[in-house]
Amino acid sequence: MEDKLSQNKVLEEVTGSDYKYGFVSDIENDAAPVGLNEDTIRLISAKKEEPEWLLEFRLKAYRHWLKLEEPDWALIHHPPINYQDIIYYSAPKKKKELASLDEVDPELLDTFNKLGIPLEEQKVLAGVAVDAVIDSVSVKTTFKDTLSKHGIIFSSFSDAVKDHPNLVKKYLASVVPYTDNYFAALNSAVFSDGSFVYIPKGVRCPIELSTYFRINAANTGQFERTLIVADDDAYVSYLEGCTAPMRDENQLHAAIVEIVVMNNAEVKYSTVQNWYPGDKEGRGGIYNFVTKRAACKGVNSKVSWTQVETGSAITWKYPSCVLMGDNSVGEFYSVAVTNNHQQADTGTKMIHLGKNTKSTIISKGISAGKSNNSYRGLVRVSKKADGARNYSQCDSLLLGDKCGAHTFPYIQTANDSAIVEHEATTSKISDEQLFYCQQRGIETEKAIGLIVNGYAKEVLNKLPMEFAVEAQKLLAITLEGSVG
Amino acid sequence: MLLNIKNLHVAINGKEILKGFNLQVNKGEIHAIMGPNGTGKSTLAAAITGREGYEITEGEIIYKGQVINDWTPDKRANEGVFLSFQYPVEIPGVSMTNFMRTALNAKRQYQGLPQMKAGEFLKLMEQKKKLVEITAKLTNRSVNEGFSGGEKKKNEIFQMAMLEPTLAILDETDSGLDIDALKVVAKGVNELKSDENAFVVITHYQRLLDYIVPDFVHVMYGGRIVKSGGKGLALELEEQGYEWVKEQFGEE
Repeated sequence: MEDKLSQNKVLEEVTGSDYKYGFVSDIENDAAPVGLNEDTIRLISAKKEEPEWLLEFRLKAYRHWLKLEEPDWALIHHPPINYQDIIYYSAPKKKKELASLDEVDPELLDTFNKLGIPLEEQKVLAGVAVDAVIDSVSVKTTFKDTLSKHGIIFSSFSDAVKDHPNLVKKYLASVVPYTDNYFAALNSAVFSDGSFVYIPKGVRCPIELSTYFRINAANTGQFERTLIVADDDAYVSYLEGCTAPMRDENQLHAAIVEIVVMNNAEVKYSTVQNWYPGDKEGRGGIYNFVTKRAACKGVNSKVSWTQVETGSAITWKYPSCVLMGDNSVGEFYSVAVTNNHQQADTGTKMIHLGKNTKSTIISKGISAGKSNNSYRGLVRVSKKADGARNYSQCDSLLLGDKCGAHTFPYIQTANDSAIVEHEATTSKISDEQLFYCQQRGIETEKAIGLIVNGYAKEVLNKLPMEFAVEAQKLLAITLEGSVG
Repeated sequence: MLLNIKNLHVAINGKEILKGFNLQVNKGEIHAIMGPNGTGKSTLAAAITGREGYEITEGEIIYKGQVINDWTPDKRANEGVFLSFQYPVEIPGVSMTNFMRTALNAKRQYQGLPQMKAGEFLKLMEQKKKLVEITAKLTNRSVNEGFSGGEKKKNEIFQMAMLEPTLAILDETDSGLDIDALKVVAKGVNELKSDENAFVVITHYQRLLDYIVPDFVHVMYGGRIVKSGGKGLALELEEQGYEWVKEQFGEE
């Protein structure tokens, strides 16, 4: 049995070291004291040299948050979060304003190099503009000049507040008000940084825009906020990636993404979420409680959410589309993988308000280990939404017999002309499939990766090329050691 | 000797299926294994390829001079053992091209060779596809998904041609094939046959052996070989059926 034993050993080793982004960078931090009160919020606002209206917005959100209770309807379990134990602001220390990349802390550059994210513009061959957010602040946005020639604004949220206060003021919280939910209120009170994108009328953004989020400091929550506005006839494809160090304690990530889409405009938003998922026993990992929503305000507007969720101890997110404009289109393509003790409760909301609005939902859940994976989705057709159509397909794939897959579809139609279709399947990777691959020389781990990628292909195909390759690798890595 | 199976006993869930099976195969030979249903023919194929759940309780499988009882299935495959499946399984979303490329590169990695370049690989595929008269459409589809019975079997032979095994086991490759498909499959096998490889052809019927001519024919019954002979034995079986075997060697 020597060969089989040693194979198992290899499996264990691989599983033990599967999260390769788990390092901690030794970067000096400028942090707020632990805990949350109005002073914390005033401090964050002061650090960011914010205008008075924004501070007022934060304080209103905070006061509202105090009245709320944490939601408990999702199929997730975790010990109570002590919100006074969290540091709400942490920034890599810098001595002065940075004029060029040469002045960035080398340790910080090294961090992003380890993550495979080139910040030096001359090295960016793929032509992806990158905004890098570490802990609470944006450290570097590339390609800013190229973009500004087209009138495109792509900057950190903080810079946008300074440079384009009217735009920010107009659209901030216009899609996700601070009253929306518990975590949205919290984020609105303490959000630190994030990205701001504005695509002017008639402009197709010539390159992919991308933000990499990185939690580095301990005991820190990350509360970024992304706001994307695509004006009439504009187009943009936006990518986000996330990683965090391995730590024994849980860390909170409560973000908001708001997207505004005007007449004939289109926004593609792709996420590869790989926050630290915790160890094999379920210790540590990120609580990923995120509110993402797009408002298709204009006629013929379109939003596509594509997400590959492999990380986080708990994922709670429902990227949604409010289809206000006539003929507007919402799409949601999701692959959510859970292994070990991970929990995911994720899905979407498609709110049909305009006439002839269309939505498509393709969700592929993959559960392994002792994990729990739920799809939760709402399709609502309002009275005035004549001719609305929805197609939903929710598939679950199980690896092993200790994991769970659940589907919670909610359908509410108030218009008789609506056509709403829902299909759901549950399947397992069969021994026959595994053996077939092995018999062709493909080892178990690779075979699982191959089969799972095939299963998720429909969704992976929606990702931009550079991301698709990364996502495929990530799927295989996440499931290493899940069988055998 | 390429393959030497000595006194092999194999059990599934504690039930013994192979009971002292012996077989010796040299390079350049084609062996046919025939016998009535339920005598352990497919179990033999599974045991040689290392399928989980087929427990070797006694005996040895010696391949290229090494006991391979405990080798993983992929190691056996990369050492040149190939199984043409009786029921090829579907793998949705994985294109035949991607699957074959992964398999071929797994073997090359095992052999310490660099990954095959995309252009080179596609050329090789074109070449091998012609061998079994597979159309381009088939390789763009997902593995075995929506393939007809005949296409699935041709696809098995195509994979065999791509991986160039040293020991190929054909498990009931003729079942469910019409005569045209059967000829294509046989042609593929005959073109791949060389002094450097061997074939073990498991079949219920003589028909396939008109096209793939065996050097040896073995009759399997009750988990072991009860009679061996030349090509003539297959014809004998065709004429007389398996009743005499049951009579001579007893009902199970």
